Amino acid sequence: MADEPKDDAPLGTRGRPGRGTGKSTPSSAARSLAGGSAKKAAAKKAAPAKKTAPAKKTAKTAAPAKKAAKKLDVQPASVEPETPTVQIAPKADVPPLGSPVEIIAVTPQEEPTASPPEPPAPTPPVPRLELIHDADEPSDDQGDARPGIPLSDWVSALTEGAQTVLGDDWEAKAAQLLAQLRRRLTGDYEVDTFGLDPQLHAIGMAALRPIAEKWFRIEVRGAERIPSDGGALVVANHSGTIPVDAAMTTLIVNDHAHRTLRLLGADLVFTLPFVGELARKMGATLACNEDAERLLAEGHIVGVWPEGFKGIGKPYSERYKLQRFGRGGFVSAAMRAGVPIVPVSIVGAEEIYPLVGNVPSLARLLGLPYMPITPFFPWLGPLGLVPLPSKWIIEFGDPIRTDAYPPEAADDPMLVFNVTDQVRETIQQTLYALLVDRGHPFI
Amino acid sequence: MGRVVLVTGVARDLGSRLARRLVVTPGVDKVVGLDVSPPSGDMHGIKFVRADIRTPVVGKVLAVEDVDTVVHMNVAPPQRQLGSRSAVKEINVIGTMQLLAACQNSRTVERLVVQSSTAVYGTSARNPAMFTEQMAARSGIAVGFPKDAVDVEAYVRGFGRRRPDVAVSTFRLGNVLAADVLSPFSEYLKLPVLPAMLGYDPRLQFLHPYDALNVLALAATGDVTGAFNVVGPGVLTLSQMGRRLGRPLLRLPSVGFNGVTERMVRLMSSDFTPELSRLFMYGRVVDGSKLERELGYEVLYSTPQTLDAFAEAIEPGVLSALGGARG
Repeated sequence: MADEPKDDAPLGTRGRPGRGTGKSTPSSAARSLAGGSAKKAAAKKAAPAKKTAPAKKTAKTAAPAKKAAKKLDVQPASVEPETPTVQIAPKADVPPLGSPVEIIAVTPQEEPTASPPEPPAPTPPVPRLELIHDADEPSDDQGDARPGIPLSDWVSALTEGAQTVLGDDWEAKAAQLLAQLRRRLTGDYEVDTFGLDPQLHAIGMAALRPIAEKWFRIEVRGAERIPSDGGALVVANHSGTIPVDAAMTTLIVNDHAHRTLRLLGADLVFTLPFVGELARKMGATLACNEDAERLLAEGHIVGVWPEGFKGIGKPYSERYKLQRFGRGGFVSAAMRAGVPIVPVSIVGAEEIYPLVGNVPSLARLLGLPYMPITPFFPWLGPLGLVPLPSKWIIEFGDPIRTDAYPPEAADDPMLVFNVTDQVRETIQQTLYALLVDRGHPFI
Repeated sequence: MGRVVLVTGVARDLGSRLARRLVVTPGVDKVVGLDVSPPSGDMHGIKFVRADIRTPVVGKVLAVEDVDTVVHMNVAPPQRQLGSRSAVKEINVIGTMQLLAACQNSRTVERLVVQSSTAVYGTSARNPAMFTEQMAARSGIAVGFPKDAVDVEAYVRGFGRRRPDVAVSTFRLGNVLAADVLSPFSEYLKLPVLPAMLGYDPRLQFLHPYDALNVLALAATGDVTGAFNVVGPGVLTLSQMGRRLGRPLLRLPSVGFNGVTERMVRLMSSDFTPELSRLFMYGRVVDGSKLERELGYEVLYSTPQTLDAFAEAIEPGVLSALGGARG
């Protein structure tokens, strides 16, 4: 700036503003100001702009300068075209005429660090501090005023929150909760011989409840037909690629009959790590005659999905068509124990993961019965694992009594097949009726 | 006149204790102990015969001492303290064969009590939740000690068929757990950090030696036949055991589990055999109700109580301070 041409007229008074006189090359001066040869374009525009001074113009020129600099791929220059002047100014030890003022005036927020001048820095915090102060506690002394929420507010908020969540006797409940947590951490809890962990089961049910109510909007019919005590065998249709229907039925039995449904799972479930562990803790056990009979004899309510993988892994085009009901093992188990069979029809689970394809080779490689492809699954990654929000109806049918048969009936294959067919037909017919009732699968 | 009882494997923890118990049991005149190494501790009143069970010497002992009751306590999972794995296997299998051969030729033997193990039920994901005495293993008996136990029981059944006049009873003991009894689990649970399999939480059962000895002594002086499961009622999961002992679990993927655990247990100069890793995946639970029904003996220590008794006898785990004293 100092060694600018001093001949005829000050720079920028002739010619187009922002382009220099046109005689000499102001870019040389501007280049020196810029401090680097690379910022030619930026400097060219910045230097004359300062001569003409008005803040508007700098603001205008800043934009084209940015554009030009961007073309040159110089990021630091592009962000702040005025930086060179700021760097030079302290060296000259004389505050340049227009530039610092301009900078502060036009772009106060752009460089709070680069402009050490005192006034702008303290000014913003002052009103802010006052603002907090006023809003928080208006009639307090300024001595111990610290930004943040005072401890007493925390305490009262926590207390109120605990009251909302746990009710009025929240202190007793919180103490109970803590004691339970402590017993949990010291291993002082009971696990039954099948591996059911009642505390984890309760947590699992609490986690499923909002899904059942808000996502699947499950409508339960005939819940009063669930036997309230004694052994019983719940038999249902299986569908949905992943056994969500089993989890939901467990929840319904838990909520409506207040009993823990003991599921019978396939071998594969217990072979898989994590899955097998979780299944046992949720009360499932292996689908074998020994376990089924033991559970029924102990008076538990047992859930079985006799279609197995054939039902859960069937293509979407075959939805609501019941597959073969195993080998009728569940009927003979119920007959030996003399417990009723409760047929359950589940509508809605077919639509949660519509199985449109299968990769048998990959399934074989992984040792799985099928490798599902749904409209969303491999394509959307983990997002494809979100079940579709279909509308569910679960209907519990009239219990089929087996205690009228003599004990040796369990060894009569014809009788067992007949009862199996009876159960299967009941479920199939109920499914058709429920499908008509439900209408659109997702509304 | 009372019985003359031969106890094999008398140098081992359970064997020596049983021999001492039988000496003071009414109805027992003489207790003969047989093992290759002399037992430690007080063996007052016990006639110790130093002989290898894998040799035909056993037949002579039976004849010389007029033994009428044989208690076979020499079947145990391999551990370094007992000798090499192959030696232990030989004692288990060949020793049993020699003993049974001697018993078959003996004119005096009237009763045979065999200490077996619940390992005969194997370990697999297809296990029913609880094994009763009638059920057979589904998988997991191809190698190691479970195979030994299955073989031993097969020989014992064969002996029973050939000598129907001899009352044969087999006791499938659960994992005997006590601080002063050598067993794979007592070595494992003394580790400061318990290696566990990632994604599996097996259900396990334990048996207190108090109950094991009571049952075996009752069988040696009584007249029961058949196979019995002997375990403490109730189950514990491995994670629960870690918490009760105050020892953190080190979750390892199943691939690296065996190697790490073996090295860790070996640091304590013991042994962790590969077939145990299956037990750490799927666990094993048996139904011990037949014992109470037919023998009339109610097991005193449940599985959690056995573990608590064990926890009191060993050093507290690093996490035990967290929960404080448990009531």
